[in-house]
Amino acid sequence: MSDWLSILLYIQIGLSAVCLYRIIAGPTIPDRMVGIDIFGILVVGICAIIAVQTERSFILDIGIAWIILSFIGTLTLAKYLSGKKLNE
Amino acid sequence: MNEMIAIIFICIGVLFNIFGCIGLIRLPDVYNRLQAATKCVTLGCCSILIGVLFHFGISDAGIKAIVAIPVLFFTATVAAHALIRGTYRFGTPLDKRTVKDDYKEAVK
Repeated sequence: MSDWLSILLYIQIGLSAVCLYRIIAGPTIPDRMVGIDIFGILVVGICAIIAVQTERSFILDIGIAWIILSFIGTLTLAKYLSGKKLNE
Repeated sequence: MNEMIAIIFICIGVLFNIFGCIGLIRLPDVYNRLQAATKCVTLGCCSILIGVLFHFGISDAGIKAIVAIPVLFFTATVAAHALIRGTYRFGTPLDKRTVKDDYKEAVK
């Protein structure tokens, strides 16, 4: 049980490293923003697996807060990309 | 028994995350990458949270997982839609192998 969870946790952390590769090496600006968006979703999975592994529930709160902050950040980046001000 | 079901759901979720990240690396342009990665990673993380729900049962952590699933589902898809619309307005070119672009006619 615990071994399986450790393996899955390491796989998930490796996948977020893949997203970091896309953020660093992306050829255009929107590529990097896609990497940031996907990274924010993957962190929620990492938080969920750590919550199962340590049997503590407050780590899921960190995940929920991270989802909402990632949502607001991605919407701001999309506004920046389409060339509008934040109040239109 | 619940432990077994939880592990199976978490395995399925990590598998879908792997597929999504392979798409993020391998596909040719921004639009394909965002489409593949968002769909697979959203489903994968929802599946991981379902596994958490099975592991904890109906307790405080289980309720948090139930709250997190629809929040993740709606915010991830809406953010991806807004991001890809901004990308098109920004003028990022499509891949050379693209055969059809319906949105260009719809914008006019």
